[in-house]
Amino acid sequence: MCGKRKGGCEVLEIENLTVSAEGEEILKDISLDIPGGQIHILLGPNGSGKTTLLRTIMGLGNLRVEKGRIIFKGQDITHMPVDQRARLGIGIAMQKAPVIPELTLGELTNMMGEKHGGTRNASQYSQQLNCDYLQNRPFNENFSGGEMKRGELLQLLIQDPSLILVDEPESGVDLDNISVVGEALRNLLKARREVEKERSGLVITHTGNIMDYLNADRGYVMLKGRILCSGNPRDLFEEVEKHGYEGCKECQKILQKQ
Amino acid sequence: MSKNSSETIKDKQKKLKDRALNAQNKRAIYGPDIDISPPSEATDEASLSSLKDLEKRLAEASLLAGIDVDEKNRSGSFFQRGNSVIYEGIKDAYQGKIEVLTIENALEKYSWLWDYWWSLVPVDMDKYTALVELYGRGGYFIRILPGAKIEEPIQSCLLLPENDSSQLVHNIVVAEEDSQAQIITGCTGAPTVNKGYHLGISEFFIKKGASLSFTMVHNWAEDFHVRARTGVQVEDEGTFVNNYLLLQPVRSIQAYPRIMLTGRGARARSNTVVFGQKEADLDLGSLIELNGENTSGDAISRALSTDSSRVMMRGRLLARSNTSKAHLECKGMILSHSSCMNAVPELWVEGAPQADMTHEAAVGPVSQEAVEYLMSRGFTEEESVAAILQGFLQVDMEGLPDILEEMLQKTLGKLVKSSL
Repeated sequence: MCGKRKGGCEVLEIENLTVSAEGEEILKDISLDIPGGQIHILLGPNGSGKTTLLRTIMGLGNLRVEKGRIIFKGQDITHMPVDQRARLGIGIAMQKAPVIPELTLGELTNMMGEKHGGTRNASQYSQQLNCDYLQNRPFNENFSGGEMKRGELLQLLIQDPSLILVDEPESGVDLDNISVVGEALRNLLKARREVEKERSGLVITHTGNIMDYLNADRGYVMLKGRILCSGNPRDLFEEVEKHGYEGCKECQKILQKQ
Repeated sequence: MSKNSSETIKDKQKKLKDRALNAQNKRAIYGPDIDISPPSEATDEASLSSLKDLEKRLAEASLLAGIDVDEKNRSGSFFQRGNSVIYEGIKDAYQGKIEVLTIENALEKYSWLWDYWWSLVPVDMDKYTALVELYGRGGYFIRILPGAKIEEPIQSCLLLPENDSSQLVHNIVVAEEDSQAQIITGCTGAPTVNKGYHLGISEFFIKKGASLSFTMVHNWAEDFHVRARTGVQVEDEGTFVNNYLLLQPVRSIQAYPRIMLTGRGARARSNTVVFGQKEADLDLGSLIELNGENTSGDAISRALSTDSSRVMMRGRLLARSNTSKAHLECKGMILSHSSCMNAVPELWVEGAPQADMTHEAAVGPVSQEAVEYLMSRGFTEEESVAAILQGFLQVDMEGLPDILEEMLQKTLGKLVKSSL
């Protein structure tokens, strides 16, 4: 299934999206396209709307789409419930997933195995991600930053979505774990990419560290709810590192025009 | 055990009667006050030679209370219909290892039993204990003989067959030294019986090195009132596990078993899983007294409240030894706007500053954040809520019959649907 744009299959198309929460506009006129197999990076300071954008794509929280559309594999999902989006093939790794004391990680991944085909080898993935010792622990209860991220990625491996939304995979993760998380994310994105050229990702990063593990295709800088500029993610990141978000020349030009 | 001549037994009976008469109007400390008229005369029900001969409707009701009428995986059975005991039986393999008798017959057979009778529960505790002493009929006596290891559970069923009737019973269980057994007791009304009263006194004696797991399942209906008075004494190295399961609607239940760990190294675990539904007023909990050295206890409660039910979860741990260790958990989930839930965990220490006592209490709704998280993994809202509730109610109840496990899931499914 392809989107309408020329030049191939867009997995995700966002058209002029304006989103509010509790009466306040958080995202303003956002547009972006992710073609199949591509990884895009979202940069931006705290409060710029990056997480809200991911949550809106997933359909989470009390967010209201005021304007615009979200098209996933050619289907308008703007007002679709979160569980249906997940079943269509969108998966998210949250920055801070909730603690669910009622379920162990093992129970959760078993449930997911049953839900998403039953054929996926949860225990093999768990081993790969060094999650075996977490299986009998209540989900996310006293998990370290690295353990939480690994738990998120483990679920995504089982879920096997075609679009992966990742919110700050490196936050709260110590250096040793960054490589585990980074490798896992790379494997996750590569797994189907090479074969089917189909798995895509939209990844928020603050530190840029994760880009060492991902061959990202495109980057965006978000400021105050808008996407201000886009381009090669490494170039963008370097620019931001040098001059800060407010000092990004491209962004300033755009801001001034407005 | 002191020797009781018939004269001293008569004397004792008279004293108990007098105390009961004086307590007839004494209100209970906890739970709504209810008036129960003395039960009607016993109807003489024919005894059965096998539980398989039970009327179909009664068999079905007892099945839902965890009773296996085929007695396939049971070592012994006791069945009381209203005020008449209609069946007592022990499998051949267990003859000489356990005794299952109607309490009146046991008191006649063993004069020593009079020393146990009303020794853990005061006869004048409140009007309900008094009523049972004055008008009670039936109840079981179960004894596991010294050293006997009973692999298959002993079952007892207390069934109310008539509408607007009452059942007042007094049970005694003696687990003799180094014995091991499980008891499943199902208390239930017949299918069409919607209203009734059940008062049950239970006294448990867990002797040195003995281990007893007692599972009680209540399967009442919307207009039933239930008051249970339970006392447990656990001697050196003895273990008592108490499981209580309530899945069906009821009008009111109040119970607060007192478990006394008197012996060195005595252990107790009390698991309570209850669903408050419709107009139910539930006041449940347990008291564990850790008197002996190295005693340990766990009291775990999980409750769900729906409709306009009220659920009170109590729990008290009382340590009197520096080497005792105990943990209390009262956790509830509220599934409706008009239900009420209270958790009252108490830790008491008397002259034992080194005792290790902890508690956890939580009352709240199903976390919306958790539900949404599971939905973002592709589960429907219903599946997500069910998974959380299932996990919440997962309490290790050893030996719970499969049918009850199934029923628990079924009831849960129903509650999830109605709560969404």
